[in-house]
Amino acid sequence: MLGSIGRLAGNGVVGLNERNCQYIMRYNPRRLYPLVDDKLATKRLAMAAGLPVPELYGVIGSHHEVRNLPTILAAHRDFVVKPAHGSGGDGILVVSARVRDRNVYRLVDGSIMGEDDIEHHLSNIISGQYSLGGHRDVALVEYCVKFDATFAEHSFRGVPDIRVIVFRGYPVMGMVRLPTRRSQGKANLHQGAVGAGLDLATGQTTYGVTGNTTVTEHPDTGAPIGGLQIPQWEYLLRFAARCYELTGLGYLGVDIVLDRDKGPMLLELNARPGLNIQIANRRGLRPRLDLVEAQPAGAPIEERVAFAMTTLATAVPALN
Amino acid sequence: MQGYKIWIFALALCLIGGSLFVYKWRGLGYPLLPDEQTRIWTVEVTFQFDAGERAMPVKATLHIPGLTPGFAVLDENFVSRGFGFTTRLVAGGRQVQWAIRRAKGPQTLYYRAVVYKDPAEAANDTTPPFPTAPVLGEPFDTALQELVAQVREQSADPASFTIELLKRLADATGDQNVGLLLAGQTDPTVRARTAVTVLAAAQIPARLMRGINLVDRERQAHLLPWLEVHDGDRWLYFDPATGAQGLPENYLTWWRGDDPLYTMDGGGKTDIRFAVQRNEVDPVLVAERRAQAVQSRIADFSLFSLPIQTQAVYAVLLMIPLGALVVVVLRNVVGITTFGTFMPVLVALAFRETQVLAGVILFSLVVTLGLLFRFFMENLRLLLVPRLASVLIIVVLLMAVISIVSHQLGLDMALSVGLFPMVILTMTIERMSIVWEERGPMEAIQQGVGSLIVAAICFTVMEIDVLKHLFFVFPELLLWVLAICLLLGRYSGYRLLELVRFKALAEPSR
Repeated sequence: MLGSIGRLAGNGVVGLNERNCQYIMRYNPRRLYPLVDDKLATKRLAMAAGLPVPELYGVIGSHHEVRNLPTILAAHRDFVVKPAHGSGGDGILVVSARVRDRNVYRLVDGSIMGEDDIEHHLSNIISGQYSLGGHRDVALVEYCVKFDATFAEHSFRGVPDIRVIVFRGYPVMGMVRLPTRRSQGKANLHQGAVGAGLDLATGQTTYGVTGNTTVTEHPDTGAPIGGLQIPQWEYLLRFAARCYELTGLGYLGVDIVLDRDKGPMLLELNARPGLNIQIANRRGLRPRLDLVEAQPAGAPIEERVAFAMTTLATAVPALN
Repeated sequence: MQGYKIWIFALALCLIGGSLFVYKWRGLGYPLLPDEQTRIWTVEVTFQFDAGERAMPVKATLHIPGLTPGFAVLDENFVSRGFGFTTRLVAGGRQVQWAIRRAKGPQTLYYRAVVYKDPAEAANDTTPPFPTAPVLGEPFDTALQELVAQVREQSADPASFTIELLKRLADATGDQNVGLLLAGQTDPTVRARTAVTVLAAAQIPARLMRGINLVDRERQAHLLPWLEVHDGDRWLYFDPATGAQGLPENYLTWWRGDDPLYTMDGGGKTDIRFAVQRNEVDPVLVAERRAQAVQSRIADFSLFSLPIQTQAVYAVLLMIPLGALVVVVLRNVVGITTFGTFMPVLVALAFRETQVLAGVILFSLVVTLGLLFRFFMENLRLLLVPRLASVLIIVVLLMAVISIVSHQLGLDMALSVGLFPMVILTMTIERMSIVWEERGPMEAIQQGVGSLIVAAICFTVMEIDVLKHLFFVFPELLLWVLAICLLLGRYSGYRLLELVRFKALAEPSR
């Protein structure tokens, strides 16, 4: 066991306690949390800064507003419902099609929901079922991201997203999260999605992880996880790095989706990003975090991204 | 910087807690273990007399323990119907004086003292002055001088002088001088009294003392004379009957000097009796008394000063921080996930009544049935708060049904299900059902079992008798728990279960 601890530490693997103690508590001031914990606030912040986000169709903030849903959706066939304060992907409903005259909705995983099912889900969100501490919440109804062809072979039904850890404005590690049958089209690792590590220099996928175990093929499509090129990689890194200036949070998880028509969009920000990204990359985070800590503050975005793509990408080799 | 502050703070807490603990333990004698017992003896003096046919003023004095080497007085009281009483210090020690203006017929006065062994209690008298040489008149003076000269010849210091003298006094037939001084009496009191006179002639301060041997139970204890001799440094004790040095183990000094035990003015037919009874008591009681005796404020801030019911509440409450510490360790060092941060502690409290096995069964039963109902209710599309209230009602009904059914079956253990925290159960059911839906049954059951395991471990730790006793008697130990929690708050090492989680990354680095 001691040897195991020593090897993990030697490989620079960051544990939950260390993440909380050394990075989140030091670099993420609590007063900034609402900016990322409230997805509505994040969206407004990003829009003000000119970052593309999925279009907001409407906000449902009280039980009687639930009746406005048909009005909000009048012009849209597909949409996403999510709690503004949800965490870990809980409470997100992705509606892929609506049968207009029958008021029946088809979800991305193929199941069918009636009007009253959706309304019940909305009122659960508003009552705070998915928010931390059960506080009242609001439900966002927004644009449903269109599947980018890049991931055709690597995704089961849902839309993959790209998670980049940004430390003091430097992108330090990235992975792409691929939905599976088990994750019911959602892109969260603990719900069964596959995470694929990304080479910081090129934007190519490397290794895969589902739960806490490594995988080399997508469990549903059988496509190999490695070698997939993420388009516009450098642009994506700059996109992620900008979120540091946007929020002021020093240790940040940036989730970006690629839309077929509208290109990369900011999905959400996370002040407590998970650690499985290390398994997907077969690398510990700490060597890169240490390198970034040695950098002076205030470097421009281009410089930070260049530092990430050169120095950070090559600093430590992956484990086997 | 932060780290170093936290260490100093934690160290300070440990020092404060530790020094209070050591003072109370070593200094005041608070017991370290729960089943320790302290022996106490209750000595009761019954003083009876007849005040006569006519109502007359009566005044009586009685010597009571003052300086008692090896013993400390825990409590004393005077029972004397109608009599006024005062205590005062006299030459022989302490004395109580009872007085009444008009009394007739038989009267009984009681004095009761509760004493316990206290090795720290010594005869801390001042050093007495050299005694004046006794003047007895001839032929006693000559006999005295000769005896002193002979004994001095065969001794080196006050102790050996006394032993030699007592040896000669014990054998009255051999020595003419001794025979003269004892005047044919042989009881130890007379011998001791004579020894005091001879020692005074030899310029050695000595005094006669009387006391009783504390035994397990004695209706009629006898006063035992003893000889106290000062060697210029401290008091030495000798048995006047055998000449052996030292005090008997359980000898309680009653008074010193030649004065009578009691005086009586206005009454007759006096009768005085000593009764002894040994008891075992909670050492805490003795420690509290001792703390009061040394004017320590600590006893004032003790939990034992609270009413009994409140004490019982605190006996439970003081264990909660320990349960919380267990949760901190299991969550942050081991890495077990639970429903709700301190839910396991509250469930562990409920286990106190049901015991672990029954508790786990009842908990699982209520949660499983509650979950079934919760899944059924999902179809009804209720708003959150009414739904929670409904689950709460179902939980209460379930507990009632379980109790009734198990009682019918003759299983009494399930009766205590009522002590389960209903709201906690309700929230557990709600959260479990959400995890079930969002993350799958595996994760829900895993977290449920994790919570139960943590609760069982909390319960086991909180039920350790020694810990329960320690935290109640020494609440300052909570400062240690606080210090440990503070240090764990800065623990940034791996969690035990992360070693499994990151197994793929535990390859030897190149």
